[in-house]
Amino acid sequence: MLLIPCPWCGPRPENEFHYAGEAHIARPPDPAAVDDAAWADFLYMRTNPRGTHTERWRHQYGCGRFFDCVRDTVTDRIAGTSRPRS
Amino acid sequence: MTQLFRTATGGHIDRDSPLAFHFNGRAYQGYRGDTLASALLANDVHLVGRSFKYHRPRGILSAGSEEPNALVTLDQGQGRITPNLRATQVALVPGLRARSQNHCPSLRCDLGSVAGWLSPLLSAGFYYKTFMWPPSFWYRFYEPAIRAAAGQGRAPRVADPDRHAHQYAHCDVLVIGAGPAGLSAALAAAASGARVILCDEQSALGGSLLSEPDVTIDGWPAAEWLDETLALLADRVILLPRTTAFGWYPDNLVGLVEINENQPRERLWQVRAKEIVLAAGAIQRPLVFPHNDRPGIMLAEAARVYLHRYGVLVGSRIVVVTHDDSAYRVAQDLRQAGATIAAIVDTRPDAAQVEGIPVHAGETIAATEGRARVHSVWTSAGRMIQCDTVLMSGGWTPSVHLFSQARGSLRFEETIGAFVPAETEARMQAVGACAGVFGLTACLDTGWQAGGGIDRRFTVTGAPATAPAGLAVPMPPHAKAFVDFQNDVTTRDLQSATSEGFHALEHVKRYTTTGMATDQGKTSNLNALSAVAGLLRQPVSGFAPTTFRPPFTPVTFGAFAGPARGDLFDPVRHTPIAAPDAVFEDVGTWKRARTFPRRGEDLPAAIARECLAVRHAVGLFDASTLGKIEVVGPDAAAFLNRIYTGNFQTLAVGRCRYALLLGDDGFIRDDGVVARLEADRFHVTTTTGGAASVLHHMEDYRQTEFTDLRAWLTSVTEHWAVIAVQGPHATDTIAPLVEAADLGAMPPMSVRACRVAGVPARLFRVSFTGELGYEINVPADDAPAVWDAVLAAGAPFGITRYGTDAMHVLRAEKGYIVIGQETDGTVTPHDLGLDWTIAKSKPDFVGKRSLARSDMLRNDRKQLVGLLTTDPSVVLEEGAQLVAGGDAPAVSLGHVTSSYHSAALGRSIALALVAGGRSRLGGTLYVAMPDRMIEVAVTKAAFDDATIQRGAPPPAPAKPAAMRQPNRLIPKTGQSRHVRITPLAPTLRLNIRAGRAAAATVGATLGVMLGTVPCRSNTSRDRAALWLGPDEWLVLAPGSETDLPARLAAALGNTPASVVDVSHRTTAIEIAGPRAAWCLNAFCALDLDLHAFPLGMCTRTVFGKAEIMLWRIASETFYLEVARSFAPYLQACLDEARREFLDVPEP
Repeated sequence: MLLIPCPWCGPRPENEFHYAGEAHIARPPDPAAVDDAAWADFLYMRTNPRGTHTERWRHQYGCGRFFDCVRDTVTDRIAGTSRPRS
Repeated sequence: MTQLFRTATGGHIDRDSPLAFHFNGRAYQGYRGDTLASALLANDVHLVGRSFKYHRPRGILSAGSEEPNALVTLDQGQGRITPNLRATQVALVPGLRARSQNHCPSLRCDLGSVAGWLSPLLSAGFYYKTFMWPPSFWYRFYEPAIRAAAGQGRAPRVADPDRHAHQYAHCDVLVIGAGPAGLSAALAAAASGARVILCDEQSALGGSLLSEPDVTIDGWPAAEWLDETLALLADRVILLPRTTAFGWYPDNLVGLVEINENQPRERLWQVRAKEIVLAAGAIQRPLVFPHNDRPGIMLAEAARVYLHRYGVLVGSRIVVVTHDDSAYRVAQDLRQAGATIAAIVDTRPDAAQVEGIPVHAGETIAATEGRARVHSVWTSAGRMIQCDTVLMSGGWTPSVHLFSQARGSLRFEETIGAFVPAETEARMQAVGACAGVFGLTACLDTGWQAGGGIDRRFTVTGAPATAPAGLAVPMPPHAKAFVDFQNDVTTRDLQSATSEGFHALEHVKRYTTTGMATDQGKTSNLNALSAVAGLLRQPVSGFAPTTFRPPFTPVTFGAFAGPARGDLFDPVRHTPIAAPDAVFEDVGTWKRARTFPRRGEDLPAAIARECLAVRHAVGLFDASTLGKIEVVGPDAAAFLNRIYTGNFQTLAVGRCRYALLLGDDGFIRDDGVVARLEADRFHVTTTTGGAASVLHHMEDYRQTEFTDLRAWLTSVTEHWAVIAVQGPHATDTIAPLVEAADLGAMPPMSVRACRVAGVPARLFRVSFTGELGYEINVPADDAPAVWDAVLAAGAPFGITRYGTDAMHVLRAEKGYIVIGQETDGTVTPHDLGLDWTIAKSKPDFVGKRSLARSDMLRNDRKQLVGLLTTDPSVVLEEGAQLVAGGDAPAVSLGHVTSSYHSAALGRSIALALVAGGRSRLGGTLYVAMPDRMIEVAVTKAAFDDATIQRGAPPPAPAKPAAMRQPNRLIPKTGQSRHVRITPLAPTLRLNIRAGRAAAATVGATLGVMLGTVPCRSNTSRDRAALWLGPDEWLVLAPGSETDLPARLAAALGNTPASVVDVSHRTTAIEIAGPRAAWCLNAFCALDLDLHAFPLGMCTRTVFGKAEIMLWRIASETFYLEVARSFAPYLQACLDEARREFLDVPEP
């Protein structure tokens, strides 16, 4: 069970969190203006790297906030977490 | 009953406590402190099992958890049966009953030994080569026979009556292994004041020191130094004997299994350690020679352990075969104890002579003889030596398992012929024998350093200076030279593998199964590696070792399941409205009433009666499980516009609108009713199963996408109970109960805040049945009284309770969808004919873009239709496939989503998703069943209103059963001074969401500040404000201050904030006492020590399978809140955790 450092609450056991996919997937500000291929890219295409992955977690059974996290998908080590950018 | 091979004195056993036990039905005697193995050896019992494949007679090989042969089944009766236990690890207790495994009819006379004669057919990978002809015989004869013969013990078929507990713990230093290195590390760490846990798999702590009578440490004899050290540690360190560290998990989480004589029988610890000191010791290697597996052939050091620790002589006439010096000490000690050493056979040509013992240098064992016990050996020089015991010493293998599990790298150390720990990124150090350091002084010194101690030199006398030995040179392959005892793998098997082209160690391992038994190759891995290297003519150092995986030794399912069995497996959630006479169904973790059958009624009859009652008279339904979210803020309508399909800017205060919730992929995820209570306050309903995921979906967009919108979301699912009143007499029924609202002026799809039966309520005029109807939302605590009041008020009209079964039929008659039946994650609003829910004027909402994709607009998509079977008595099966007709194979056009018998229509009805459904209206299709085709007419997805019968009213209902009070939090078991649980009285609870300015206003009005430090609380007089999130507080105040929300609203004015009353959403308890934190840690993984969870700290967290809010209000007192439907589960968990601490003894 990973120990994940929530940017507000500090290190907490993994069972308090909900994984929320790759980070920084920007929703097009005007969806009507993008074509089907670009929209499908936004909905479904992800980097899926071997190694450093920037992803989101939500502290579901804690403060309830979404935050960003850098984790190595091979070693499972978390390099750091941060509050969302916007 | 005499123990022939027990020494007269000595050993760490309690000779004043003789114990009787049974093995294979015969009675024996041993002492407390014995293992089953030592007690059997004391009674001259060596034959204890039959090997896995060849059913060869086997004896005890070792004195530790590496034992491959002596697998027994413990059977204490009444379901206390455990197979496949190593006799060397079973502590002897009074009345122990054990039996050997894998033989028929008996251990001595086993038909399975036929397999020995068949051994040429059973070599490595035999199932790829033999038993192949004729092919039909495989399924009928060979496979069943092989499967029946496989395995060791038999799994029990009776429920396990023992209790298994879980415990979370935190420490600064976890020391794994309580031998000299581990004890030294624990001493150093404890001296620094750190939180230390020391564990050891043995029942006595001390490791090798338990068998060193001649050693002194700092002037003390080893046994006394050990006693002193343990006494010193007992005050400062958590000592865990009989506790195996079986696995390392990320971030230094270690799994331990503790085995107890009393309840709980096992405790699974999950320990989060800042630092780990691995002092797991080393395991002696056997030597590989022909017929090296007979009973009486053992590891050399094990014989010393049996002598000095247990006072047992393993034999009377002993041959020692060795590759290193350590076996010479064994020979000396056994000779001193009275055994005859017939010879020392030393494989090294330069072996020295020993006075009084024949030493044969440069020789090895070529063969052994004996069936139930070895009786002679032949050396490679042709000597025949009679003996009853052979002791083997092939060097030592450090136990690097946990180091390797922590992704530590290993390096091959030629001088000891084994792998030692190299580098790891985990905070773990290996010390002592498991790091390849074998001298006692070095173990003590390096252990001390690893524990954080400053340079200290222990003074040791009497310990031998033994030179380490590398790997023995492998002998030529032989069909009965065993490498892996437990899986019956010989060097001939390894030769087969390499000659068939398997050159990688991982392949050889899997092909021959060497190292794959329950002992995970502890006594075989390095010997197998050495043999393979020899066969391939490559150096051993060129091979990487195979991966180590948890568990280190087998762990029972009971340990992993822990308390989560029976009542504690899953929370069972009930609404506040009791229904003792209902038939229930599971909806997620909720129990919902399906039907209320009367005496003599079957379910279909009950459902029909309930449906007719709603259509003709009035029905009463508990809809409390549906999700409810309060959306508050100046941009609440704008936010809902982005999330749901409808337009809520145009929704007037006091009105409701049905809406769909889509994903950005355009598919329907949930539906519900959005009601506008005030300009900036909405009450949104969701499905029962979707409540949590909808809130999560909304929070995702609120926090990370639409961040400029000022709106906050608060779940109020459990705060409001929902009493639905549906039917032509609904208004008549509730009118006398409603105050402060004009029922006659409530149009359909409207909402009023009012009072019903004297309690504050939100009254919705909504209907899921198609009839005139209301949904009365009242605070949960008040629900039973309001329910009773409505039942009484409806009695003159024949009010009838109905459940989810009737609800489903009623809505299907109207063509209303149910999420999860008519939707499956691939269905769009257009597919269901629900385009009208989409507000065309909105520029964007979640899902809109995807709906414009051409694929989403195709006419041949699956569309919602109704189906009427040609034979009206036939009720279709939900999920059945529809075809156009004709012969098989046919293309499936869709499936039946909902299907019922409709009492109102007097026939069956169904809804279905069919390709191009709307263009098939009026046509005929067929439902393809395994045995027939059912003809159906395709109609629109709503069944003709006119045909719904409104004939005679149904018979008068029976008097409804008395309503029980809902479950309160009352402790079932007694209190104790260790842990006291007290239910707390209801209180006012407000969920506050606010920015900085609003928070200051709220704090000033309340009289207690809303703090900004995460997870901290402020209290003042009789109220408290608990930080739950960066813009979220829970405010607790006396229940009498019912005007507080209004006062806050007035003080805030137009400043954006959300104040939601959640008083009824949770119930609270106080848990206090010196063992309160311990009990919480049986289900909660947080560090609850005072320094990690200080006074005033508050947080949501996970407790078992529930979410709780935990708040420390005194050094030994916690306030704990849980959603009301989880309260019984919480209480059951706490009762389980504190059973050990009740002042009343366990029955």
